Amino acid sequence: MSNNSLSFWEDSGSSRSGIMAWLTTTDHKRIGLMYMYIILAMFIAGLCLGLAIRLELIAPGRTIMDAQTYNTVFTLHGVIMIFIVVIPSIPAAIGNLVLPIQLGAEDVAFPRLNLFSWYLYVGGTLLALVSLFTGGGAPDTGWTFYVPFSEFTTTNVSVAVIAVFILGFSSILTGLNFITTIHRLRAPGMTWTKIPLFTWSLYATGWIQVLATPVLGITVLLIFAERVLGVGLFDPNKGGDPILYQHLFWIYSHPAVYIMILPAMGVVSDIIPVFARKPIFGYKAIAFSSLMIAFAGSLVWAHHMFTSGMSDTAVLIFSLLTFVVAIPSAIKVFNWTATLYKGSISVEPPLLYALGFIFLFSVGGLTGLILGSAGTDVHVHDTYFVVSHFHYVIFGGTGFGMFAAAHFWLPKYYGRMYNKKIAKIAFYILFVGFNLLYFPLFIIGLEGMPRRYYDYLPQYQEGHVISTVGSWILAVGIIIMLVNLWRGFTKGEKVGRNPWGAATLEWATPTPPPLLNFDEEPDASRKPYDFRGITPDE
Amino acid sequence: MSENHEHQHHILSIKTAGIILVLLLLLTGTTVAVSRIDLGFLNVAVALTLAVTKALLVILFFMHMKYENRFMQMIVFLCFLLLAIFIGMTFFDLAYRGG
Repeated sequence: MSNNSLSFWEDSGSSRSGIMAWLTTTDHKRIGLMYMYIILAMFIAGLCLGLAIRLELIAPGRTIMDAQTYNTVFTLHGVIMIFIVVIPSIPAAIGNLVLPIQLGAEDVAFPRLNLFSWYLYVGGTLLALVSLFTGGGAPDTGWTFYVPFSEFTTTNVSVAVIAVFILGFSSILTGLNFITTIHRLRAPGMTWTKIPLFTWSLYATGWIQVLATPVLGITVLLIFAERVLGVGLFDPNKGGDPILYQHLFWIYSHPAVYIMILPAMGVVSDIIPVFARKPIFGYKAIAFSSLMIAFAGSLVWAHHMFTSGMSDTAVLIFSLLTFVVAIPSAIKVFNWTATLYKGSISVEPPLLYALGFIFLFSVGGLTGLILGSAGTDVHVHDTYFVVSHFHYVIFGGTGFGMFAAAHFWLPKYYGRMYNKKIAKIAFYILFVGFNLLYFPLFIIGLEGMPRRYYDYLPQYQEGHVISTVGSWILAVGIIIMLVNLWRGFTKGEKVGRNPWGAATLEWATPTPPPLLNFDEEPDASRKPYDFRGITPDE
Repeated sequence: MSENHEHQHHILSIKTAGIILVLLLLLTGTTVAVSRIDLGFLNVAVALTLAVTKALLVILFFMHMKYENRFMQMIVFLCFLLLAIFIGMTFFDLAYRGG
């Protein structure tokens, strides 16, 4: 097939050129890349903070920073990684790149709103950075901004919560845009059961973004009101209730975990059948389980609060509901495994990262059941067990999902391939480093090492040392992976339309795609995982 | 996309809008008045009922939901149902605390 149209790199669709053509673009692909570059920069910043935390904890007492600095560093690590990196990573960056093309559309439903979302994201990110260097210094509350401490600390919490408010609006508008695009802009022939599962996962995610994020917006505004006006909503002296803050915060922030993980599950659902050369097992079950996770995941928030002093009735009900969420998650894992069964598997880098996701997410998910069970939670609450569980789910899940997505889709957009051998070596280093970093934290957590503590008893040092060494190995893996991707996209071999032999619409368009995505009307009536007659290029 | 508008936008008459405005003001006055009376356990229930009634008036008339198609009504209903669930489930804690 000849590629006679200009790609989106050459044709910006506007009269402006250079950086202005990018800053004023309404092309979803350019916006997706702009999200990705900022996310990448902030990921590296968050990573450095994480490495600093691990280095501080290599020995009891002071190692490289004082206690107050330590408090601000772990707060920043959390705020940057959650609100600026993980939440927008797959939906805003990869979602923008892939979703409209998977649907056979020219762009998202509201292209200007899409650009506005990006500006809100940049504005929120800049404000979060401003909060570090102004007022009473960087926030030291942890990313959860729990009251009463967040009401009274003299650090710059007020600016930080407004930054989170703005970032939340960016997320809401992206969700709204994607939902509308999926409803209104599907190419003729693309029925609901022919939508690729990555897009299905973004549909479920979009609903959570639209419905749950406003609660976060209200909650952080209430902190602002508490700090500035002293309203007393969360202050028992004024008739308020500090646990109410925790309810409000987690009504958003637990579903937010699914904003993070659902798109990664969508990535895995799209990658596994391509490299197993088999239609996905249980398409409808996987699509429906995304909606089930979105719904059931919105009803379990108080499992973060079992030891907060809330009523036993609530503990019982939220514990039960937490176990319910495990069902649709397990449906996905079983279906992925069944897809691999007797498949003609080719172990390419995207599949390796996707398999990494399944393993690490399963460890994170199963340890979540220990936390969801009220009795055992009392023992491990606020220990390193939680830290480890959380990182297995979010880094092992969303992080590896993002890496899988980058190795799978980015060659399409850059038009060049990375070195696959180095990509595999990077994966193995990452995988070893990851487990060495986080697994010992389960053990010292079970032994009673509290999270967020600056200092600790000597008995926990062995676990901390192993974990810190793991963080160095992990960092080496990430550097190798990123350098390999960068070298590939600038100097790698050129790729054709369909380097992996996938069947979804984004692989039917030229590489890199043209401004309006297709040079001819795509055939959207084909099933997304029907590989008959499709072979990889070369 | 399609050039055909699926339905005409309903334009609210000044009279209807005025009636809703007066009703909203009356309900706001009632909210303030009731807040000065201690109804015990019913305090929250009465306040929420008044607030829901006002919200319904705004959604149905000012946001034109009364004149929208079934699908749109269902989507909005589901959103508010979820909000009701969020608030309702918080009461599994508040209503049973300290027992």
